[in-house]
Order: sequence, then structure tokens, then C-alpha cells
Amino acid sequence: MLTVDRYRCGYCGACVGVCPEMALELVETWIEISPECVECGRCTKICPTGALELSDKTEART
Amino acid sequence: MRCDVVVVGAGPAGSMAARHMAEKGLDVVMLEKRQEIGDPVRCAEGVSKTGLRSLTDPDPRWIAAEVRGARLHAPDGTTMVMSEDRSGNEVGYVLERKIFDRGLAMQAALAGARIMVKTRALDLLRRPDGSAGGVKALRFGEVLPIEADLVIGADGVESKVGRWAGIDTSLKPKDIEVCAQFLVYDPAVDDDYCEFFFGNDIAPGGYVWSFPKGRKLANLGLGVLGSRCQPGAPVRLLRQYLERNRPEARVVEMVVGGVPVSGPIERTVADRVMLVGDSARQSDPITGGGILNAMKAGVMAGDVAAVAISDGDLSAAGLMPYEEKWRETIGRQIARHYQLKEFFSRQTDEDLNSLMHSMQSMDMSQMDLRGMLKVLIKLNPKKLWELRNLVV
Repeated sequence: MLTVDRYRCGYCGACVGVCPEMALELVETWIEISPECVECGRCTKICPTGALELSDKTEART
Repeated sequence: MRCDVVVVGAGPAGSMAARHMAEKGLDVVMLEKRQEIGDPVRCAEGVSKTGLRSLTDPDPRWIAAEVRGARLHAPDGTTMVMSEDRSGNEVGYVLERKIFDRGLAMQAALAGARIMVKTRALDLLRRPDGSAGGVKALRFGEVLPIEADLVIGADGVESKVGRWAGIDTSLKPKDIEVCAQFLVYDPAVDDDYCEFFFGNDIAPGGYVWSFPKGRKLANLGLGVLGSRCQPGAPVRLLRQYLERNRPEARVVEMVVGGVPVSGPIERTVADRVMLVGDSARQSDPITGGGILNAMKAGVMAGDVAAVAISDGDLSAAGLMPYEEKWRETIGRQIARHYQLKEFFSRQTDEDLNSLMHSMQSMDMSQMDLRGMLKVLIKLNPKKLWELRNLVV
């Protein structure tokens, strides 16, 4: 599952631009993740701050 | 709420389009999802003096500094100087984007456009035939439908307007530069020159820049090609660069961002929809500069919108003149520079060093990017064989 560390995120929207599924949205100063996410990992790779992470954990999204 | 045209995004592309359409008497609404237009900046803020002056009369408050030229540094430290009037598109002025973007939005407002901040487009409204009928927006927490004859997407790297209209604008990792930038105070800043540092260690598939903003302040940043990026690499590499090369630098601001370097995308118009600026991927793939192309596209889109509305043909075919106009003007250079980016992002440090060495005996001080490439190809015909058709 994809999570975003909003304390690390620089809210630049680069992840939104590479998302092939339109699953991300930059809202004010945070990133929202929608259920369309297919966990392809493009956004985690290109995030300039390293704020996005794919994991197996089922913790609540922050 | 109803209008002729709704513009999504109040950056340079959106504001120029809004202003031009309002001046032609159209009822224009421009949305900005942020609370503050222009902030946070996602830009190194360099722009050509002549380029900007050809589009608008710059307010002195928009300009942080004027520079005399640019210096390019190869991985081994070999340096080349380009003078200001010749160093291509991206130096001359270093802007204060927070003020510049607001200034352009203000011009649009003065021309009659209505601007709504903290208003985010959620989706397109649909006509019975499926084409765009405006946008559904969220304004200060409340849903607001804005009906319009035409939607202009000026919504940047994270654009949604095109995708809602069936244009796939998603960027492949190899077609985005991901960047980090510090505003630094550093006695080592040369207030008169923009500097570019190349090297696969310091900025894989990109470069480090230092753009002076006056009084020893500078935008010091770097871009990494997405396909060669690791999570968090831009910020990590920038910190490392600062530690190793700028021990005196004091960081007073930090920003990050993504720059489209995909070259021209397949189409930028759909029925009742046009895309401008970064959302149309019109930023320059080799320099990463996007301000002037965005402004030019905004003007072209505004002109075409006015004609299409008075003709009553807002179909993709009716909006095609915009597509044709930008492709035969800014599009040509964007396409050429995409090829160059594809080539240069593959070069090893040794390749970059030897290319820079080959020019050491030449006087490059009066050359622009194109002239420099011509000389480069002449001096390195084998190595640069695949670029021979790009420089005419």
C-alpha cells in the first residue's frame, strides 16, 4: 500500500504528474491517494523528498 | 456560475491566456487551487531578458537580479562562458516568481478576468455529448459548478484537465526532471553569472544550477532525470553538493518540483478544452525553462479561443489552430531540444569533459546554444553524428 509522509512531502506535485492512474492529487500542502492506486511505484521513485513509500503494512494512510 | 472561458491554474500560462481573452471582451474566470498565487515557487526563476520583454513590459519589482551571462562547468571543472544576450533562453533576468506570478494575474484581473483562489477543479462538467461544459470546483470547501463554453488547462506538472478530457499527459520517469532548490546566502555567489554544473555524480541526467538573486543570494538547485532517480535523491544530492562545494552557504528557503521534459505531446486540444504551459508539457527539455513558452502558449490559446467562440466552433477541430500555432513556433525548438536531452542524458562524465575540452580553443562568448552545438558537431562529428540534423 502507498503511503505519504506529509512531514517530509514538499507538496510539489511531481508524483501526480507521473501517476498513470490519476490516483494522486495535490491538495493545498498534502497529497491525497485514491483507491485507483495500482502500487506501480513510479511516484515513490521520483519523489524529490522521498516522502512516498510502498509497503505491505496495512496501517492507516496518513 | 457561468462564464465564457474557465482557466484552471494561475501561473504564467493561465494568466496570459486569461488576460488576452479578457482584453478581447470574453467573460473569463481563472481558478487557482492555492491560497496564494505564485507560492511556493517551483522554479529556478531564470528567464531571457529579450524573451520576457517581447511578451510584456516587466515591472521592476518582478526582477530580483540581472545577470551578464552564464558559465558552464564540465565534471572535471573545465569552464565555458556564454554572454547574456547569447546564452539561449534562460538567463538575463532572475525573477521573483512570487511577485511575477501575482503581477501577471493582476494584469488579467485588470483586463476583466475574475480570479478565484483556494478554488480547485475536481472534474469537468459534461455536456450531453460528453464534451466539457465547464468545471466542477471546490471553493473554500464548497462545491461550485462553473459552466463555461471552453476550459483552458493551465494546471501545471500535476495537470488533470487534459486527462479528464481524454488526453494522456502522464509523464514517464525518463520524461520528468525532479528537482530540489535552496535559496542560499553565500559569500561565494557570483552576482553577475548564472552557473551550470554537469556531472553524473552531482546530478544524474540533469545539472546543478546557481542563479543569483542579488546581494549574494542565489537559487542553488539541481535536477535529476526521473528514470535515474532514487526516492529522495534530489534533496539528498543537493545537501551533499552544498556540504562539499559551498561550505559557507546558509539556506533560507527550500523548494522541490518536477519539470516536464517529455517534448511535445500528441495533442493539446480536445472538444472545448485546450492545454497550455507545463500542463501541455511545453517546458524546454534541455534547459528545463518553461516560463516563456508558457506565456507564449497562453497568448496563442487566448487568441484562438476568442476566434473559436465568435465562430461558435469549439470542437477539437475548431481549436486546432492553437495546436498548429504552438507546434510551428515554440514546438519546433521543444522537439529539437527533446532529442538533445535524450542524447546528453546518456553521456558519461568523460564524454561531457571531452566535449567541453573540444571547445576550449574556440571563442564561445558570443554564441547561443544553437551556435555552440554547431561548433560542437563540427569538432566532434563522430560522437555527435546523431545530432547532425538537429542543428540547421
